[in-house]
Amino acid sequence: MDGKRVETISARVDAAVSSPDSVEDELELSAVRHRPEGLEQLEAQTRFSRKELQILYRGFKNECPSGVVNEETFKDIYSQFFPQGDASTYAHFLFNAFDTDHNGSVSFEDFVMGLSILLRGTVQEKLNWAFNLYDINKDGYITKEEMLDIMKAIYDMMGKCTYPVLKEETPRQHVEVFFQKMDKNKDGVVTIDEFIDCCQNDENIMRSMHLFENVL
Amino acid sequence: MATGVAAWLPFARAAAIGWMPVANCPMPVAPRDNSKRQDELIILNVSGRRFQTWRTTLDRYPDTLLGSSEKDFFYNEETKEYFFDRDPDAFRSILNFYRTGKLHYPRHECISAYDEELTFFGIIPEIIGDCCYEEYKDRKRENLERLQDDQEENKDMKMPNMNFRETMWRAFENPHTSTMALVFYYVTGFFIAISVITNVVETVPCGSTANQKDMPCGERYTVAFFCMDTACVMIFTVEYLMRLFAAPSRYRFMRSVMSIIDVVAILPYYIGLVMTNNEDVSGAFVTLRVFRVFRIFKFSRHSQGLRILGYTLKSCASELGFLLFSLTMAIIIFATVMFYAEKGSSSSKFTSIPASFWYTIVTMTTLGYGDMVPKTIAGKIFGSICSLSGVLVIALPVPVIVSNFSRIYHQNQRADKRRAQKKARLARIRIAKSGSANAFLQSKRNGLLNELLELTGTEEDEQKLTKSTSLLESQHHHLLHCLEKTTAHEFVDEQMYEQNCLETALQTYPSRSPSISSHDSSVGTCCGRRVKRNTPLPNASTPSAHPIPTHQGPLQELSAIHIQCGDPPSHSTSRSNLNLKTDDSGRINCKGGRITTAIISLPTPPALTPDGDGLHGPPQRRPSAGTNIVKVSAL
Repeated sequence: MDGKRVETISARVDAAVSSPDSVEDELELSAVRHRPEGLEQLEAQTRFSRKELQILYRGFKNECPSGVVNEETFKDIYSQFFPQGDASTYAHFLFNAFDTDHNGSVSFEDFVMGLSILLRGTVQEKLNWAFNLYDINKDGYITKEEMLDIMKAIYDMMGKCTYPVLKEETPRQHVEVFFQKMDKNKDGVVTIDEFIDCCQNDENIMRSMHLFENVL
Repeated sequence: MATGVAAWLPFARAAAIGWMPVANCPMPVAPRDNSKRQDELIILNVSGRRFQTWRTTLDRYPDTLLGSSEKDFFYNEETKEYFFDRDPDAFRSILNFYRTGKLHYPRHECISAYDEELTFFGIIPEIIGDCCYEEYKDRKRENLERLQDDQEENKDMKMPNMNFRETMWRAFENPHTSTMALVFYYVTGFFIAISVITNVVETVPCGSTANQKDMPCGERYTVAFFCMDTACVMIFTVEYLMRLFAAPSRYRFMRSVMSIIDVVAILPYYIGLVMTNNEDVSGAFVTLRVFRVFRIFKFSRHSQGLRILGYTLKSCASELGFLLFSLTMAIIIFATVMFYAEKGSSSSKFTSIPASFWYTIVTMTTLGYGDMVPKTIAGKIFGSICSLSGVLVIALPVPVIVSNFSRIYHQNQRADKRRAQKKARLARIRIAKSGSANAFLQSKRNGLLNELLELTGTEEDEQKLTKSTSLLESQHHHLLHCLEKTTAHEFVDEQMYEQNCLETALQTYPSRSPSISSHDSSVGTCCGRRVKRNTPLPNASTPSAHPIPTHQGPLQELSAIHIQCGDPPSHSTSRSNLNLKTDDSGRINCKGGRITTAIISLPTPPALTPDGDGLHGPPQRRPSAGTNIVKVSAL
């Protein structure tokens, strides 16, 4: 990922003038553009074909002409798929999962690497990605609080008008069920090995992992 | 779903893998992309100018001409391109709409030509982006007014079969229509002038007679003036009664300003007739005569300018009010100051603060009558400050205020317009949101119907129903379906949600169904037996009844579909009718009320009455609160 070239127009223009930081920051924010690596490099790094990368980039660039997605745009786009509920919290977690270098924006490389894992990766890699999504503070353990946050975010996407009516303790109960299944040594946290082990033994989950393989 | 972000749907679906480990039930099957068409470039030849775009770009809006199979009519086999004999300039913005999802209105374009292009290509003008929407609406309104003006000119031609009353009303409103109307118009105008002049001359002192001093003409030639007044009032009364008779809506006419002016103008005369020449009331009677001056306002029927002035004043009333308020503040301040400054001086005219008001007003408007002047030094100082500030306060801002009036007036108009448009815009957004949500619920019903048909119907029926949703839609719905499965809750629309809330509030004892007993743990509802608990819903209208279980045995998996019918199902059902009905419904779905993922999609309730309950006996129909809920149970 070191081939990234981030151009800031303010840096080129009159570097001699010492303007207050806030003005420069504003200029920087508005002029940040990003050009991704070449097609060949992306082809080598991901499991997509050339044509697929072309299609992906065209869609990406259409929605974000500047070449990077910031969190607000991301939340906006994702919320349009779930009109009945509030998808912003889940979109926030999703954004953090895609933003692997945690710089506050998702570039096309981040985007395509994430998709490569999700659509073309092995089951191990997919489960790894899911674990990474649930582990909010990225410390290698999923605690009940983290899982509860994720669960609430997922239920928020359903909105109010559901059948049966959503109750306050539904996410918590769901989390309990999840931990009962996943937490083998009952220490209150789920590690990556417990997670992968447990998922590989569950045939529902295994089957659903292959669900989206022909998406692109 | 906004089709503008259709390109991100693959991403959203891939991200759904994050739900999989959390879900406890199996996920639904993904829709197959049968048409594995490679994305190809399409050439659109519009009057010689060639536009090229991807096929998927055009497919984003399947309910427009370019996005649907309608464009096949324009396909030119020899040149392998689509030829449209339309304006290429206008086509630019239309094609940009497909590319960016936002429709813009080019300002140099004529509004009616643009509208025609939009209609031709099947695009609704309401989706014009916010940047151009105001301009578009303004131009459209101007155009409409122009058309209306043209129409009104045509309306002046005498229409046949107008009865006497309508003819009279038209004669009153447009004096140019007939000679009689014109004569009437001028006669009334003449008499208004006569009446006003009479009132004025009445008070002029005529020459003195032998035994008395100068007295006003009114008292000298009482009889003559009285006759003149009577004649005028008679004419006005007749005119008023005729207008009242001819008015299409008498109540509305009586409330209108002009008719009130008419009444006020002639009432004093009649009151004067009724009242005796009593000394006590003659004072009040004299006051009433003042109202005769209102006759001058009757001229506003004859003068367009007066009407416009009145209307302008009415609409600038708030600004004038504020001007008056600020002036009053200044007056009160200075009057108070002057009063206390002049309190010391003897024989001062400034006896009280209200008395000083007169001085302040006269001084500030630079009139300076001189009937009240300050005598103390402090009074003179403050008096000069008052007159100087009067110059500044009144003389200077007057031109500014005048221009402010026009500016604020236009601004207000635009703000009101924007507010009205905002409401409309929010309503549009709400409709679009609910439209896409309803589209999903709609397709759920269709999907369940598909399962039904898979078992009982034939292949063609299924294909007919699936054809009505595009691949994009089915993928989006599959995504939402996965979310439902993850959380083990279903999306429902507002009505059912309300009913559910009502029902759970009223439910007294648990039903025998296994799913209710385990409804606390969402697991039980979802996995295990797929019993969809739709049975309590019909009870929303009959709170006293207990939940009626569907036809269920403990071993059967049931899925009950609730389908709301727009019109009451009138036929009895049988297995053979099922296919027939769904043919109709399939066709209906494909034709008019298609649920599409366009930005504006108004969901139409399907006229479905599929009761495929030949297996389990007659379906239960419970008309509740105006909507008919038909239950279908199937294996």
